[in-house]
Amino acid sequence: MSDFFSVFWKFWITTLTLGGIAFCLVLLINMSKRPSDSGHAAGEQTGEPMGHVWDEDLQELNNPLPTWWLRLFYISIIFGLGYLVLYPGLGSYAGYLNWTSRGAYVQEKQSADLEIKPIFDRFAQMDITEIAKDPEARLIGQRLFINHCAQCHGSDGGGQRGYPNLKDNDWLWGGEPASIEQTIREGRQAQMPAWGTVYGEEGVKQLAHYVLSLSRPVNGDDAALAAKGAPLFATTCAACHGAEGKGNPVMGAPNLTDHIWLYGGAEKEVMETIRHGRHGVMPAHKDRLSSAHIRVLAGYVYGFSH
Amino acid sequence: MSAIAAYPDYSSSINHVPAVPETYNYRVVRQFAIMTVVWGIVGMLVGVYIAAELIWPDLSLHLPWLGYGRLRPLHTNAVIFAFGGCALMASSYYVVQRTCQTRLLSDRLASFHFWGWQLVIVLAAITLPLGYTSSKEYAELEWPIDILIAVVWVAYAINFFGTLAIRRVRHIYVANWFFGAFVLTVAILHIVNSAEIPVSMWKSYSAYAGVQDAMVQWWYGHNAVGFFLTAGFLGMMYYFIPKQAGRPVYSYRLSVVHFWALIFTYMWAGPHHLHFTALPDWTQSIGMVFSLILLAPSWGGMINGIMTLSGAWDQLRTDPILKFLVVSVSFYGMSTFEGPMMSIKTVNALSHYTDWTIGHVHSGALGWVAMISIGSMYYLIPRLFGLQQMYSIKAISLHFWVTTIGIVLYIASMWIAGVMEGLMWRAMNPDGTLTYAFVEVVKATYPYYFIRLLGGAIVFSGMLIMAWNVWKTVSRGRPYDAPIPALQAVHA
Repeated sequence: MSDFFSVFWKFWITTLTLGGIAFCLVLLINMSKRPSDSGHAAGEQTGEPMGHVWDEDLQELNNPLPTWWLRLFYISIIFGLGYLVLYPGLGSYAGYLNWTSRGAYVQEKQSADLEIKPIFDRFAQMDITEIAKDPEARLIGQRLFINHCAQCHGSDGGGQRGYPNLKDNDWLWGGEPASIEQTIREGRQAQMPAWGTVYGEEGVKQLAHYVLSLSRPVNGDDAALAAKGAPLFATTCAACHGAEGKGNPVMGAPNLTDHIWLYGGAEKEVMETIRHGRHGVMPAHKDRLSSAHIRVLAGYVYGFSH
Repeated sequence: MSAIAAYPDYSSSINHVPAVPETYNYRVVRQFAIMTVVWGIVGMLVGVYIAAELIWPDLSLHLPWLGYGRLRPLHTNAVIFAFGGCALMASSYYVVQRTCQTRLLSDRLASFHFWGWQLVIVLAAITLPLGYTSSKEYAELEWPIDILIAVVWVAYAINFFGTLAIRRVRHIYVANWFFGAFVLTVAILHIVNSAEIPVSMWKSYSAYAGVQDAMVQWWYGHNAVGFFLTAGFLGMMYYFIPKQAGRPVYSYRLSVVHFWALIFTYMWAGPHHLHFTALPDWTQSIGMVFSLILLAPSWGGMINGIMTLSGAWDQLRTDPILKFLVVSVSFYGMSTFEGPMMSIKTVNALSHYTDWTIGHVHSGALGWVAMISIGSMYYLIPRLFGLQQMYSIKAISLHFWVTTIGIVLYIASMWIAGVMEGLMWRAMNPDGTLTYAFVEVVKATYPYYFIRLLGGAIVFSGMLIMAWNVWKTVSRGRPYDAPIPALQAVHA
């Protein structure tokens, strides 16, 4: 077993464990002898004081160990020894049953997978758009969503600041069934760079006003600021968000013209986003859920808006 | 008594008794006894507050230093090390002097110990809410405080064992075995588990890594239960129960067996805190086996405590101090049965990480530790102020019933909540999905959180009754240092 880097330690463990149990046994046997056999203090009688007095009146009686308690002690020792024969415990001895926690987990997982296989096999054949409409799949999808997705996206899929709303049919990484499945399986890493040091506060403000002007009418001073921001947008932001600011699902760049804001649409919030950048992370679920589970989940999410 | 004849060396030690009657050092006992009551109130108040925060999280007022995460370690440190610690220190200093029939080895060390320990507590009360933590449970304090604890503890050990060394009676009384095991082992536990590498004044990293760090932590953690919260308080039991009942200890043999078996076996029980983790299977097995074997040694202590009353059961009707002491031993028996059961892996799979653990801990901490401490303080405090008994016996009786009802509410609600949580977490639908989201389980726990808060608040109110009673008692008496009786008189 790899737990031991030298032979010494397994003997050490075994010796201490068995020696400790033997120590308890010797103690028990020795102390359950009749008082007159033990020679502890000559002449002492069962139930009588031991003959020492402390602090004026403190004494100890020489009562024997209660039988029921002795039996309890012996039973626990026998159980303990039996357990150490059957299960791993004595150093690298694997135990008569060859039980391991890893093996127990794998076995349990396998039998559970076998049990639910027929249920999920049905969905393997189905298109994700069909799964989205299937009542049984929707029920399972909801349970999966509550336990795996709701912590960020909300129990109704409505999202929250920094975590996309999944019901509005506005998609950062594409809303086709295959894209949703890909998002759940592999996860996503969004990268909005920080522009504060490049453009300074004034440039950030101009850019923010240009971005805001893409989704709502502006006038007066704001329009002047937006006009100054337009060329800055064209040289930097357009690379990901597109010349018209419609976004690009390939890199998860949001559409800036639809008045849907992941990190808030107030001037202050948009400036914050441009100044310091954003780094959105959707974790990959391929190691936590089977591909059938991911399909059911993708169908459930697709069903929010279809 | 005839036994004296068997030990003729007693007579020679009488020569050491000075002409002016020497007194016991009750000063340090008084200091620790009073602070037991003070810290008991502080620690339990914080407990009540964080219990309320679990129901109404906004009670933190959105201030980081009032948040649950920072106050919870303050609560545990305050009740274990401030309340429990002061109770142990008061009683061990009292018991070791009286049963060795000698004054403490050093009054200066005793004074250093008292003020040093209070400094540790105050520093804990400041740094924990500020968020300074090593993140090891029951060992959260950062490295400068860890060093201070080690220094103060060594002073305690020197003074305690030094007093034993200069004792004027031949045999060491059983209570001192347990106090000695507590003092010695806690020193080792603290120093080994707190080995850490400082990176700044208030930040350090553990000397151990990964699963080894976890194992060292729970070797420490469970032995903190075993030696701080058990062995030390068994020492208290072995003095105050026979004293209050006026009866001899039931069985010397039982005390020998359960002492050695207990201190050996506890050392191995730590891994049951890490069932179903990255800890190797063999370690988990050994932890479970020794936790089960621990049942009998634990019950040995309970039997010895309760059976000491045989022939004096009627006193339980009239003496509320004895009620505190005996009910505490009953709670001890109950929680030391529950503990080994929870260490069985199958049971642990249900109970681990649930509020069942919280219930278990409090049946030990409130039922056993707090009740035996309170009973012992009610015995001790009047004697330290030259009085026969507390100002109000009725108030002790009221305190007893209030505490008992509060504890029952607390642990029963946490049992139900814990089993419910365990069952809800593992409930599965036929499709293999979890039946309940985590937050649904939290929601279902609210009513039990409320009953727990109620129970905790009732226990806390009992401490206020105690404070009033202690105030009244102390203001009627004057600090008193009992003279050390001549040896012959004692054994006459």
